[in-house]
Amino acid sequence: MTTYTMPDETGRYGDFGGRFIPELLMPAVIELEKEYDKAINDPEFIEELNYYLKQYVGRETPLYYAEGISKEIGGPDIYLKREDLNHTGAHKINNTIGQALLTRRMGKKKVVAETGAGQHGVATATVCALLDLECVVFMGEEDIRRQKLNVFRMELLGAEVRSVSQGSGTLKDAVNEALRYWVSHVNDTHYILGSVVGPHPFPKIVRDLQAVIGKETKKQITEQTQKLPDAVVACVGGGSNAMGMFYPFIEDGDVKLFGVEAGGAGLETNKHAATLSSGSVGVLHGTLTHLLQDDHGQIEEAFSISAGLDYPGVGPEHSHLHDSNRVTYTSITDQEALEAFQFLSKTEGIIPALESAHAVAYAVKLAKEMKQGETLVICLSGRGDKDVEQVKNVLEGKSHG
Amino acid sequence: MGKEKLEQAFHNKQTANEKLFIPYIMAGDGGLEVLEERITSLEECGAAAIELGIPFSDPVADGPTIQEAGIRALKNGTTLAAVLDQLKTFQETRNIPIILMTYLNPIYSYGVEKFAADCQNSGVDGIIIPDLPMEEEGIVDGALKENNIAFIRLAAMTSPKNRLEEISKRTEAFLYAVSVTGTTGVRSIHDEIVKDYLQLLKENSSVPVLAGFGVSNIEQAHSLGAHCDGVIVGSKIVDLLHQGKEEEVRDLIKGSISAEFVS
Repeated sequence: MTTYTMPDETGRYGDFGGRFIPELLMPAVIELEKEYDKAINDPEFIEELNYYLKQYVGRETPLYYAEGISKEIGGPDIYLKREDLNHTGAHKINNTIGQALLTRRMGKKKVVAETGAGQHGVATATVCALLDLECVVFMGEEDIRRQKLNVFRMELLGAEVRSVSQGSGTLKDAVNEALRYWVSHVNDTHYILGSVVGPHPFPKIVRDLQAVIGKETKKQITEQTQKLPDAVVACVGGGSNAMGMFYPFIEDGDVKLFGVEAGGAGLETNKHAATLSSGSVGVLHGTLTHLLQDDHGQIEEAFSISAGLDYPGVGPEHSHLHDSNRVTYTSITDQEALEAFQFLSKTEGIIPALESAHAVAYAVKLAKEMKQGETLVICLSGRGDKDVEQVKNVLEGKSHG
Repeated sequence: MGKEKLEQAFHNKQTANEKLFIPYIMAGDGGLEVLEERITSLEECGAAAIELGIPFSDPVADGPTIQEAGIRALKNGTTLAAVLDQLKTFQETRNIPIILMTYLNPIYSYGVEKFAADCQNSGVDGIIIPDLPMEEEGIVDGALKENNIAFIRLAAMTSPKNRLEEISKRTEAFLYAVSVTGTTGVRSIHDEIVKDYLQLLKENSSVPVLAGFGVSNIEQAHSLGAHCDGVIVGSKIVDLLHQGKEEEVRDLIKGSISAEFVS
């Protein structure tokens, strides 16, 4: 396989990506690109980042051989990359700690962020508390209602949570408001975007910061099995945990990569978030990528039981990996994710985030087609404590008819 | 038609010693059936051109007033195709140039080539795309040129001098000088920095420079107009029309275009 060098200097991943933003923000993203390039080539910055990843976040995270589910399925050996064991309970902090250090390096004292369910908001508020940065988080009013505890967590960490009532009052609208806020405060504020989306260089920065997942996995699986895995599975909303997991494996052509989107109530309904499986190409939040949109280019709402996958766009690099057939994208319904949520809890004693449960559900299907002696890695992007109440309500609703 | 029509319209106003005034209205707010009447009335008030917004689900450059107008328009079923069709029906009877303001995605979804050709067929003279910086404009540039549609660029107060010079050089028909650091909407601050910014743009631009974003009254129109060729007023006009205050729109435009400031 040829060397993979995406993105190019214009922020393109093949046909996708770019910087579709108001002129007001262009100087800020150009500055960010320059400062980021300097930072990642500065041994002091890398040392500082690695210090916090180890001592504060708790890396490296284990690559755990899931003997229970492997035996139950009777196919490949299944490994879980335990991103759920990071501080704050998910992979999100890999990105926020890096961007917060970058904020400080750029001499900015304020941070704005968006959040859907609150995971990225909490991870941002956490590192802002650590590094003494002012933090404003935009969150859809509907999400605030559904995730009261995460709102309190962010406030406890010293962040100001602002409710977004525009549009559908969910993640996409929170990104719009965070962008509007950034437009008005760009001189002293950095925008910590939470996924591999948005204008260049955000998809690249977030991917690079999340690539620690794939790098560790590659080293650990080689130590434990003396070979690369046959398949790697990760869930995809915006796609940051998947991009971080996949990136170090892209040039290893024999490693099959699978991205799992949220199929919601099913792709045949319009209640899902499966952008790559059923969307079309367009421009949202500064990037050219696959989107859920109507025939007139109006963005549609995404639906999923998992708030973290509930986004009508997807990272431009995923669009590229999809179109170039390097990664296979598929989807899992709410129902299948709920089953996997319970299956992993009962079999391994690990309660996965509903997002990660999508990856687990697909991995179980895939494992049934694989052979003994093969290995399969699942990116367990987060823990499921945040989802327990929701799952309880859904399951009880069902059992009570 | 197209670029020349805009240039001629501005030239006529300026020769008559008037400041240029471009009102922004949201297509489909109040229904597409009122579009002709609104455009005709704004033309009679003395507007130099009309900036006609195409509603978009995710308008990141707009403040609350225009966001809400966009939601109302979308609820009315407004689409880019329907707006172009409507503009075509009274193409022969209007003299005032039409500039479409649309985010990129509705154009991308419509098809860039088809969009530019249909704009020409419907008598659209210029285009403003707020989420398309210089680096990405290749996506529409050729198609607009081919159909002689003026491609109006936006300058921002955050842009460094070399970018402002390049934007001033590239823009067609006029330069849209965003005169606040923020989104569209009514505001009160217009300070010394704005003055220097507008003067720099004037020095580098061979076409008129118009200030926009946050302009809401005659006084602001005059204080900004002293350093450039006129103003674009959006949120205030959208708000007044929504409230049915056509008289106030008339007073705002008439007061803004007169070279004499009468308070």
